Amino acid sequence: MNRIARKFADCRARGKAAFVAYLTMGAPTLDESLAAASTLVAEGADILELGIPFSDPVADGPVIRKAALKALANGVTLGDVLLRIPALRAAHPEIPMIVFSYYNVILAYGLERFAADAAQAGVDGVLVVDVPFEEREELLEVLLPRGLVLVPLAAPNTPVERARSMCQGVGESFLYAVTVKGTTGQRAELPSELTGRLEELKRAVELPVVAGFGIRTPEQGAVIGGHCDGFVIGSALVERFCGA
Amino acid sequence: MSAHYGIYGGQYVSETLMAPLRELEAAYLEAKAAPKFLEEYDYLLKHYVGRESPLYFARRLSEHLGGARILLKREDLNHTGAHKVNNTIGQALLARRMGKKRLIAETGAGMHGVATATVAALLGMPCEVYMGAIDVARQAPNVERMQMLGATVHAVAEGSATLKDAMNEAIRDWTANCDDTFYVIGTVAGPHPYPMMVRDFQSVIGKEARRQCLAEYGRLPDMAIACVGGGSNAMGLFAGFLDDVNVKLVGVEAGGKGLETGEHAASINGGRVGVLHGSKTYLLQTPSGQVIDTYSVSAGLDYPGVGPEHAYLADTGRAEYAVVNDDGAIAAFDALCRFEGIIPALESSHALAEAIKRAPQLPKDAIIVVNLSGRGDKDMHSVKAYKEGSFKA
Repeated sequence: MNRIARKFADCRARGKAAFVAYLTMGAPTLDESLAAASTLVAEGADILELGIPFSDPVADGPVIRKAALKALANGVTLGDVLLRIPALRAAHPEIPMIVFSYYNVILAYGLERFAADAAQAGVDGVLVVDVPFEEREELLEVLLPRGLVLVPLAAPNTPVERARSMCQGVGESFLYAVTVKGTTGQRAELPSELTGRLEELKRAVELPVVAGFGIRTPEQGAVIGGHCDGFVIGSALVERFCGA
Repeated sequence: MSAHYGIYGGQYVSETLMAPLRELEAAYLEAKAAPKFLEEYDYLLKHYVGRESPLYFARRLSEHLGGARILLKREDLNHTGAHKVNNTIGQALLARRMGKKRLIAETGAGMHGVATATVAALLGMPCEVYMGAIDVARQAPNVERMQMLGATVHAVAEGSATLKDAMNEAIRDWTANCDDTFYVIGTVAGPHPYPMMVRDFQSVIGKEARRQCLAEYGRLPDMAIACVGGGSNAMGLFAGFLDDVNVKLVGVEAGGKGLETGEHAASINGGRVGVLHGSKTYLLQTPSGQVIDTYSVSAGLDYPGVGPEHAYLADTGRAEYAVVNDDGAIAAFDALCRFEGIIPALESSHALAEAIKRAPQLPKDAIIVVNLSGRGDKDMHSVKAYKEGSFKA
């Protein structure tokens, strides 16, 4: 069992949904974003998603885009983040850490080199927003041998059969269920059909299901988490911790 | 249907766009085999766009150069003034066939935005165009044309505030509104099936040029030259000659102030393989994988990526990709004005410059076809500013 599977088992045993915290690394500074990650773990985050800044973040809403631009202005690269992860890992030996990135940044770093360095640093898994099921083979080929998992994403319009397929062969990961069509960020309301959709996915796939996009507070997350295994808070945390 | 050209192309998009892309591919494959769809497309190309466009022998220019005969494929004579409309008519008809209610598009220099706004008006569909804030400022007449045609233009202030950022924002819009919205991409980039579909709609250029050359000169050209930003006019021309292995295909990238200065838009000659806007291709990027700002005197070539099929043709050697700098393009612009009475687009002037360079090296009976992809009315201000030394991209 890897850290991710242990964490979900632990949450299940405690009858709670896993709180997945996303932060953009490098904003307002790399030091501060790493300190914020530690603060979040202390405050009860169960899984960390470490966002890598990219110049063209097409999947992100305004808050995370702004943070990414700030991080890029600071000159923060994927390599810089990987160099700092061992200290974060040493401080929090059991927290699952997911590198959350766009593909070009990883390609530029080098697929093999990325997998080796990420595994060495203590990363548990990788989520690449612009690598769908059809394009993921070359990524899986480098991640799995290093013990890294790939986090698949299901969108609101992903057929259940497809969600099932994308959860196979990715290691002891979890399914990131995107709650709304569109970009990351807060919304006034989440779609009414969301809870049914999450339960449908949960029945269909063997991995834990985590809901993300548009969730603002742990309280809201706990409600949604009642219908799946966890929830992601991203933009709200980025706004609080990664502001310029 | 393969989504790839060798290692290039593919569908590097958020999962939310995978269902719309599957729907689009199925609809396109069905439509391109449907006589009614093709009839309407052909009808509009003929009676609305004014096709076929002439293949014009630039006699004075050719004689001045003293080498090969230069034939100009006159896409500048199309309605809206460039090749872009060949594609937007096809995609807009497809959008209507799919029951989509709204068109969106990205635009750089504004030509694709104008071509999309035009067909949106023609078909009575609402249209929203994303355009970088810097481009909105430097291409104001095209913004006014789009608005005149009833489109809404959104200025995108983020990032480099140019074409790539406009495309980012259009992708975000499509991701949120894919149920009722059709995204009209203007070049042979983006996720599959766009590179294939846009090439197919633009292939009318190459098919006509091939037929016209055979009819008029009894032979195929020795060389076909076109400028490459994203690469739709080049892919359209090349498509007519891909199987004619003796026809040399030459794409021309924008060298800006020179490859060595870093201020250019030559993705194949100056970039590395990466992923942007849904496809794997040559990309201008930093060592750590951030996409970099491009520069060219020609706004329409100002794009950090290139269509994946071009990347493939470059690697396989079927096409070669040259570089022409700003000064070369401006000189070619002047030459066509003075020798032929034709004011070319600055984009097309890059292709002309390459032809002007190569023609003297070829015998007098050789034939070079140049895609004159657009007219230069929009570029008066840029050319004047460039000559006065005050041009700012």
